[in-house]
Amino acid sequence: MGDWMTVTDPGLSSESKYISQYTSETKMSPSSLYSQQVLCSSIPLSKNVHSFFSAFCTEENIEQSISYLDQELTTFGFPSLYEESKGKETKRELNIVAVLNCMNELLVLQRKNLLAQENVETQNLKLGSDMDHLQNCYAKLKEQLETSRREMIGLQERDRQLQCKNRNLHQLLKNEKDEVQKLQNIIASRATQYNHDMKRKEREYNKLKERLHQLVMNKKDKKIAMEVLNYVGRADGKRGSWRTGKTEARNEDEMYKILLNDYEYRQKQILMENAELKKVLQQMKKEMISLLSPQKQKPRERADDSTGTVISDIEEDAGELSRESTWDLSCETVREQLTNSIRKQWRILKSHVEKLDNQVSKVHLEGFNDEDVISRQDHEQETEKLELEIQQCKEMIKTQQQLLQQLATAGDDDTTSLLRDCYLLEEKERLKEEWSLFKEQKKNFEKERRSFTEAAIRLGLERKAFEEERASWLKQQFLNMTTFDHQNSENVKLFSAFSGSSDWDNPTVHSRPRQKKPHGAPSGSPVCTSKLTKSLPASPSTSDFCQTRSCVSEYSSISVLNTAPEESKPNQVGRECTNQKWSVASRPDSQEGCCSGCSSTHADAHIEKDDLP
Amino acid sequence: MSFLFSHHRSMSIYEASLHLQNFKPASCVQYRLVVRDANTLQICQLYTCLDQIQHIEWSADSLFILCALYKRGLVQVWSLEQPEWHCKIDEGSAGLVASCWSPDGRHILNTTEFHLRITVWSLCTKSVSYIKYPKACQQGITFTRDGRYLALAERRDCKDYVSILVCSDWQLLRHFDTDTQDLAGIEWAPNGCVLAAWDSCLEYKILLYSLDGRLLSTFCAYEWSLGIKSVAWSPSSQFLAVGSYDGKVRILNHVTWKMITEFGHPATINNPKIVVYKEAEKSPPLVLGRLAFPPPRAAAGPLSSTESEWRQRSHWDGHQALQCRLARRSSGNTASQGRAQGQALCAAAKFPPSPVFHEVASVPVSLQTLKPAADRANPRIGIGALAFSPDNCFLATRSDSVPTAVWIWDIQKLRLLAVLEQLSAVRCFQWDPRQARLAICTGGGKVYLWSPAGCVSVQVPGEGDFQVLSVCWHPSGDSLALLSKDHFCLCFLETEQGVGTAFGQRGDHT
Repeated sequence: MGDWMTVTDPGLSSESKYISQYTSETKMSPSSLYSQQVLCSSIPLSKNVHSFFSAFCTEENIEQSISYLDQELTTFGFPSLYEESKGKETKRELNIVAVLNCMNELLVLQRKNLLAQENVETQNLKLGSDMDHLQNCYAKLKEQLETSRREMIGLQERDRQLQCKNRNLHQLLKNEKDEVQKLQNIIASRATQYNHDMKRKEREYNKLKERLHQLVMNKKDKKIAMEVLNYVGRADGKRGSWRTGKTEARNEDEMYKILLNDYEYRQKQILMENAELKKVLQQMKKEMISLLSPQKQKPRERADDSTGTVISDIEEDAGELSRESTWDLSCETVREQLTNSIRKQWRILKSHVEKLDNQVSKVHLEGFNDEDVISRQDHEQETEKLELEIQQCKEMIKTQQQLLQQLATAGDDDTTSLLRDCYLLEEKERLKEEWSLFKEQKKNFEKERRSFTEAAIRLGLERKAFEEERASWLKQQFLNMTTFDHQNSENVKLFSAFSGSSDWDNPTVHSRPRQKKPHGAPSGSPVCTSKLTKSLPASPSTSDFCQTRSCVSEYSSISVLNTAPEESKPNQVGRECTNQKWSVASRPDSQEGCCSGCSSTHADAHIEKDDLP
Repeated sequence: MSFLFSHHRSMSIYEASLHLQNFKPASCVQYRLVVRDANTLQICQLYTCLDQIQHIEWSADSLFILCALYKRGLVQVWSLEQPEWHCKIDEGSAGLVASCWSPDGRHILNTTEFHLRITVWSLCTKSVSYIKYPKACQQGITFTRDGRYLALAERRDCKDYVSILVCSDWQLLRHFDTDTQDLAGIEWAPNGCVLAAWDSCLEYKILLYSLDGRLLSTFCAYEWSLGIKSVAWSPSSQFLAVGSYDGKVRILNHVTWKMITEFGHPATINNPKIVVYKEAEKSPPLVLGRLAFPPPRAAAGPLSSTESEWRQRSHWDGHQALQCRLARRSSGNTASQGRAQGQALCAAAKFPPSPVFHEVASVPVSLQTLKPAADRANPRIGIGALAFSPDNCFLATRSDSVPTAVWIWDIQKLRLLAVLEQLSAVRCFQWDPRQARLAICTGGGKVYLWSPAGCVSVQVPGEGDFQVLSVCWHPSGDSLALLSKDHFCLCFLETEQGVGTAFGQRGDHT
């Protein structure tokens, strides 16, 4: 028991060692103790154990018992109960402290022992239950083994039976097959028999028929006849022909003609079909070549590729293709070429497509992985973003709800206004954006406007220059005509003087070609036209005094066309009544008016020119 | 659609033969032969024969009508142009089992009893030709479409032969034996250059011969079990459809004479692309007595709505919207009475007598199949009827084991297009000779029409039951003759524009 304990419980090793020591000692001790007990207490045997133990130490044997205990204790390693002897002769004194110490130690030991015992007992119990469990398991497993063994035997038996069945079925199948064969043979034999019988019967039947035929037909049956009122003409209007060898030949001819026609028709159809197929083929080939040719360079770079040669073939084929005549050749001559080239191209195309496929799959795979990684990041980001948005939205909703609640407490009108306000917030932003856009547009417009006005000014200058030219020309004419008022010539002079002054402003315009001017006139900006209207009174004087006055009315009409009605009307009225006066009077008033007036008159003149013829 | 009726109570119509040019339905009433106008059914001619007429046939040019009196062994021929002209052919003691016109309309081919011989009688000359050893089989005589040649199945010394004769002078052109056990039928291709010959049902074998007697090809789909049941050429001679007892149609091409495809007729249809029209059973029984003479004013109101419904629900395209009209012939009526009656009836019949429509069934659809009796001869299995549409685009078939269904196949795509399942067994179907339009009858009071646009059924208006046993198209495709046991009626399929004029005519005549 002590051994077992040391083995099983290493945790208590030190103690157990001690205990084992102790127990081993105790093993011996009982005998000695017993002997001593026997020796010491031989007399009170009748007494119980307790009394016996209590009788261990008596008055008489204190010394002995002490010495015995001392001995015992020393053997167990306890310090001696006696004081250290100073001399041999002196009797050793009992050391009470030591005794007490020993007692205490013994008690401690006792407690320890008890504890250990308890532990051991519980362990024992545990182990016992474990043992039981294991035994149960063992029994169960044994049972299982037995059952599985039995099952196995059963299955084996079934297997055997099935095999047997299978064999039987195979046999049956074989038999059935044989049967089928036999039946087929029977059917065949019966069929032959039937056919034979049928033939026999048919022969008999034929004989009967023949006989009947003879009987019925050869009797000169009067009844067999046709009564016709009068014979009718043939459907085709022809007369029946005699049967001769000729007709036979003709019939043959006709038959062959029909057959030939049919075959020709079919041939034509087939040819047409062929032609269409060829067309398709050709187109396919062309497309293939055009599809494959861009890759020519690539395979060329990889010179070791066999495709290079093939592509050269393609080129040849392409060359061939251009000769359309090859397609019209009979298939036999072209067939090989055609099929070969098509096959080659097809191979290239196929390899190309496969390559592409591979690439695509690779890319797809890689891409997929990349995408996967990216998508996760993206996903997270996205979710974060979305969450943020959601939160914002929620807040918005909250505030709105609060607002609404506030509004609910307030009056209806207030709510509507507030609601409007909350819409306005959104709208305001939108409006701001629009406003900025609008501003930009305005800026642009202004820019354009400025450029237009510049252009108009330039045009005005140009016109002035032109008018000057014209005036000079007119002057020359006037001079040539010689019969003229002094005043008029003065006018012209005056005008020319003015024009001369205006000419100073931009001499560059003056040199501009005339052709460019007309298109400026209709595209004149409103600014320009307004100037025109102002200066209109000046126009008739500049244009021509030499020409008839009827022209004036025309000017006015034209001016009406050119100007806004409100502005032009008063001018018109005034001008119509005092045309010439105005013209003279107004001219010196303003240079600018004159300048633009010149331009306007030029425009008018130009228009007039257009109108007059 | 309008109907024209011919009512002969207690009389029987054996056949109405409709012909190419005049399209005058001729009907025979025991001894009498009545020829009517195809538009009005007015009697044009009336002939009296010697005995009960058992078979009538128009000549190709519609000038003559042949009446066969098989019991007496007599054939009587009548001329439409000259009513006094007549011709009587007596086969005497040899008897008569079949009589037919030659394509030129001037010769009559009479088959004597026991198929002893075929006598060719000429109406132009006194000449008579005899053809010996004709074979008694399903389809032993066939003329090419141009009427030039006649192919004839013969049987001598227990072997099958085919003779090709020139119809103009009845001279033998070719004579060859066919590699068949028991030749069942022969049929020219519409182009007249290929002859299909097939063996009896005991063996699946079809042989194709050129006009000059060369064997072009042989086709055999399987062995041992029952073979060919029906054969049909496509109008372009491009395809040969062979229906057999295994419930399949095999289509051969005209170049290699090999099979292009095989159409099975399964009892369940799973493909959702296939349109299955099922005749609806919910139609209330029609009380025609009530409908036939409705008060005209009352009729006009509610009927318009139903008419619109009819048009809407019918699948025909707009310009083909069917108008249903009825005119009844009653000999005793005066003209005015007839007109009034006709109008009333028109109003009545515009309402489709019972708007029984085919509902489009959703797949999978299982069709009603018959269990064939294995112990009987001529079992009800296999493809009993085949017909190509005139434009070669469709093939209509009927499987005898699924007698209520008509299968319509798309020949361009070589697949099943539609299945029409009727309530009762399909008796007969025929394609419109001008367009892809199929008329079907089931022996009931309705005629069914199918076109690629859809399917429609029309109740034949009239008193009592009109059991449509067979249908026959007018060559123009405008009208349709419906035959019952002892009545026949004409059904006009008119476009809307045509209604007015046709109706006017009707009024004049009735």
